[in-house]
Amino acid sequence: MTTKSVAPALFDSAIFRQAITDSFFKLNPRALSRNPVIFVTEVVAALVTAFWLRDLLASNGTAWFSGQIAAWLWFTVLFANFAEAVAEGRGKAQADALRRTRIDTMAKRLVIPENNDRVYSKVSANTLNVGDLVLVETGDIIPADGEIVEGIASVNESAITGESAPVIRESGGDRSAVTGGTTVLSDWIKVKITAAPGHTFIDRMIALVEGAERKKTPNELALSILLAGLTLIFLIAVVTLWGLAGYSGTTLSITVLVALLVTLIPTTIGGLLSAIGIAGMDRLIRFNVIATSGRAVEAAGDVDTLLLDKTGTITYGNRLATAFIPVPGVTEKYLAEVILLASLTDETPEGRSIVALCKGTYALTEPKMLNKKSIIIPFSASTRISGIDIDGREIRKGAVDATLKYVKLTSAKAPAAFNEAVDRISRTGGTPLGVAENGQLLGVIHLKDVVKPHIKQRFNALRAMGIRTVMVTGDNPVTAATIASEAGVDDFIAEATPEDKLAYIRAEQKSGRMIAMCGDGTNDAPALAQADVGVAMQSGTQAAREAGNMVDLDSNPTKLIEIVEIGKQLLMTRGSLTTFSIANDVAKYFAIIPALFVVTYPELGALNVMHLASPQSAILSAIIFNALIIVALIPLALKGIAYRPVGASALLRRNLLIYGLGGLIVPFIGIKVIDLVVAALHLA
Amino acid sequence: MTLAGWFQIILILALVTGGAVLLGRYMAAVFSGQKTFLAPGENIINRLAGITPREQDWKTYTLAMLAFNAAGFIVLYGLQRLQEFLPLNPQGFSAVPEALSFNTAMSFVTNTNWQSYGGEATMSHFVQMAGFTVHNFLSAATGIALAVAITRAFARSGVNTIGNFWDDLVKSTLYVLLPLSIVVAIAFIALGIPQTLQGSIDATTLEGVKQTIALGPIASQEAIKQLGTNGGGFLNANSAHPFENPSAWSDYLSIFAMLVVSAAMPFMFGRMVGDVRQGRALFITMFLFITMGTAIVYWAEATGNPIIHALGIDPSQGNMEGKEVRFGLAMTALFAVATTGLSCGAVNAMHASLTPLGGLVPLFMIQLGEVLPGGVGSGLYGILVIAVLTVFIAGLMVGRTPDYLGKKIEAKEMKLAMLALLILPLVILGFSAVSAILPLALSSLANAGPHGLSEILYAYSSAAGNNGSAFAGLNANTNWYNTTLGISMFLGRFAYIVPMMAIAGSLAAKTKVPASNGSFPTHGTMFITLLVGVILILGGLQYFPSLALSPIVEHFLMLAGKTF
Repeated sequence: MTTKSVAPALFDSAIFRQAITDSFFKLNPRALSRNPVIFVTEVVAALVTAFWLRDLLASNGTAWFSGQIAAWLWFTVLFANFAEAVAEGRGKAQADALRRTRIDTMAKRLVIPENNDRVYSKVSANTLNVGDLVLVETGDIIPADGEIVEGIASVNESAITGESAPVIRESGGDRSAVTGGTTVLSDWIKVKITAAPGHTFIDRMIALVEGAERKKTPNELALSILLAGLTLIFLIAVVTLWGLAGYSGTTLSITVLVALLVTLIPTTIGGLLSAIGIAGMDRLIRFNVIATSGRAVEAAGDVDTLLLDKTGTITYGNRLATAFIPVPGVTEKYLAEVILLASLTDETPEGRSIVALCKGTYALTEPKMLNKKSIIIPFSASTRISGIDIDGREIRKGAVDATLKYVKLTSAKAPAAFNEAVDRISRTGGTPLGVAENGQLLGVIHLKDVVKPHIKQRFNALRAMGIRTVMVTGDNPVTAATIASEAGVDDFIAEATPEDKLAYIRAEQKSGRMIAMCGDGTNDAPALAQADVGVAMQSGTQAAREAGNMVDLDSNPTKLIEIVEIGKQLLMTRGSLTTFSIANDVAKYFAIIPALFVVTYPELGALNVMHLASPQSAILSAIIFNALIIVALIPLALKGIAYRPVGASALLRRNLLIYGLGGLIVPFIGIKVIDLVVAALHLA
Repeated sequence: MTLAGWFQIILILALVTGGAVLLGRYMAAVFSGQKTFLAPGENIINRLAGITPREQDWKTYTLAMLAFNAAGFIVLYGLQRLQEFLPLNPQGFSAVPEALSFNTAMSFVTNTNWQSYGGEATMSHFVQMAGFTVHNFLSAATGIALAVAITRAFARSGVNTIGNFWDDLVKSTLYVLLPLSIVVAIAFIALGIPQTLQGSIDATTLEGVKQTIALGPIASQEAIKQLGTNGGGFLNANSAHPFENPSAWSDYLSIFAMLVVSAAMPFMFGRMVGDVRQGRALFITMFLFITMGTAIVYWAEATGNPIIHALGIDPSQGNMEGKEVRFGLAMTALFAVATTGLSCGAVNAMHASLTPLGGLVPLFMIQLGEVLPGGVGSGLYGILVIAVLTVFIAGLMVGRTPDYLGKKIEAKEMKLAMLALLILPLVILGFSAVSAILPLALSSLANAGPHGLSEILYAYSSAAGNNGSAFAGLNANTNWYNTTLGISMFLGRFAYIVPMMAIAGSLAAKTKVPASNGSFPTHGTMFITLLVGVILILGGLQYFPSLALSPIVEHFLMLAGKTF
């Protein structure tokens, strides 16, 4: 895990205070009309308040009751607003931190861009236009997003990534994008501005984090329709009850009908819905991933296929030495000693891994070479061989054919054991290196791409979740197949070009699957745009960051897996609380229906299974429970329901048991407890 | 309750299940265009009617269906109004009044077969045969066609068309309903049900009293009445009359015939979408309700009424009021639950005479919608809309946006499903609430107290649920009831169908998402439990307050020994 920013305590006191104030501002009906369930609650709360005032003036003895109902209806609305405000508050805290990096900086705009003389005029960063060239030197803050056109520099990007180690940015290649608000620590660069003031990466991040651009996601919209539909159905049930009750001569008061309506309509999920959505985005941000829309987070939960780059995600990315194989007549120990000598000055990752293997498995100590005369032969692309001349010994290691050429052999004349070892290594996707001393062939070094530990279990878990993993690699099919089987991926694309990736994504999408991938290069951009979830690395090019719908600030491709889990968690939380909310209604009927008709039909008291104290306390208790359950579930809405990588059936069974069955039972207990309190305090 | 009673119930349900599996397989073959042994007949009909079975999109399909039903309505209305000028009217009945004609025409077009009239005393043979029997076929065939259309929507991927209405209509009549009803009609004749064009015979009883015995082509109408879940009897007493249902054997066959086509629909669905388990899950859900409902009614009727027992009546017989001795409690219970779980509406006992809880079950079965197993065709498309809703509510719990059979359920489908599901409560509760306080409507009631409210609720539930059975006791042949019940039937049928077909159109166009370990499973015990839960809770939440004021309170009043 690479989570860097620590989540604030669930109820940070500053956020808490702000949220309380906000929940009152959110009472504005125009804002509330986005949420049909809570809007209806507010309308009827106003209605009951009017009735309360009438009762108060008429002093007909019911004002105490209608006043309490009205108060709890307002609380229901306020609690729902509070849930949203808390979720927003947590996002805002993050945004404020980002905003501090956006203090107005001075930019060194180059006066004559074509010239190399670095003549600049100091201007405010806010006046920069797209296409301007600026000079950024040691200690300067990069004034806006751009591409490096010249130079190389180490940049501190902790303002956006939270990672204090500097990164290298240079012109050309995939590391040329720089972000406004980050600081150049050394050297200088010339940057071509690519984003106008107010539209930089940080600006967009702030807007996203604050939820300023929050729109209902497709699934949220569908769920809102369901909730609105249920509200309508219950409105019909409650309004017609007035007529049906009239048949037996009962005149129901508007106050109790309203109480019945509000307890039935899905206020719990209605009140928590937007908080769940915001919290999902927020969890992703704390995970150092920025999604450009809530839609992308939702899509992450639906992903069927993950396209993972082999290098860096599945393997460590460097070929590492795993074994030395001597030819007959040479001991393994001697071979290792020779190899150690040849590799001591080899600073490539392969070279270092060879030294590590010598010291580890073969328990060799580093020989002293300082006082000995030695000539180092560096590796070159034309000779494809390196080595050392020391004490009259000529040691060489390199590509197999180059080594054979050095010892003046052809592969047909080489020892059978040598050929065999080379064949075996190549067949399994490894790279063989030949080793020779003084024109004598000594053996082979087995280099291979090492799969990260535990990655296989991760993929097994993904498979249990119904997600296929596809490895993308530039390796040849043989090597790719070996690593694919070792890592346990479902499929692989070997010798992959960016076009292959795009074609693969299109084919999968055509058969109805949803694809997630990550990438950083400009040539990844089309595939990132085509994928349903495209995660661009923060270290990548501007084009890649524009094409994806998420940006990973840590540039860690493994995170794709966690992103999927966060998406699933968001959807699960929504579904579970919807189920809970609807299941709750059963108990409320048993509380309210006998209470409504106790005068006409005392026999219906048999339905009062909770043995609630009085009709008034039954209604009041149901409405209090209905309001308090929203508050009680805020932590769950913000934290989300724990996701486990088990199959859908197991997940469903578990959630159904907790939130379905629990939703049926909890309100029976809750309403009874509240009723005991209400009766003890003589509230009704 | 007796062992023999339970044995009969289980035997019939087992036979229905077996028959449904076979019929479902056959229907899947028919509607996939594989079984065409009657091809010459089909070709002749198509040529005469000018049908070229070109694939239609959902709008064209629905419009064709609506136009066909509108024409059917006009013909039915005209036949009744012009009855006296038409042939085959041995009793010389005069024109049927306007409101009753409207109600009856709507009733037969919508497959409701609510009868505000007594058949043998109002309608001529011609109207019964050319009007009602023909519509018994056509309204049932319409239902099957629509169900086939939505099935195709689930089976297909990324297309705009869902079949051809005329083709489906002809196929369901010619290949399914007609052969079945010929077989069943012959069996009914063999079991002693009259089949004649004679009007009625006058007889003198042993006491010397003159009596008119109504006759007619009863067996043929009886066959399609059950097979097409129509339920409109030739005679007023419906399947309680010895000429419609003379013996225990004809009763078994009646129950089998009314259940078998609706029960076959989910199996057809499973085969056509390429996963028989999906159809099986829907079937099990439907039959769980039938079995649970029958158990409750059987128990309630066997327990009987303590007020009557207190009068010295033998409690071991249970509640036999309004029941036929030749059927007994078990077969009455199964018949009552099947006819209301379906949208059949045939009755072999007076539902108003059931105990309060025994009467609550049929009423609630209708209110839960045409899903358990619902009318022919309408049951399948009914439960599919609820399945879509269930998948949406619970599907999110597995951490994916919901899909049913690989079709993503999104805002559009949700909007349409809610629109369809709103109709039933709006019509049932709306009209009932008005009738409950409208003096004009209240004057039709025969019973005081909560039982009267049950009668009103039952009438509107029966009409909106396209069931057609009556709770008796309510004089529905008034302008108020004929008109409002007619409107209820219309909305209950077509206001559900149109959004349902729009869902079909939208689903057909979607690409099927292949199933994986992460998909919401819709074929196992878990899904069945969920579907049962959603049907029960959603239905319960809508109707619990109204039911509490009618059968439920009546039950507690009965226990308390109160009468009205």
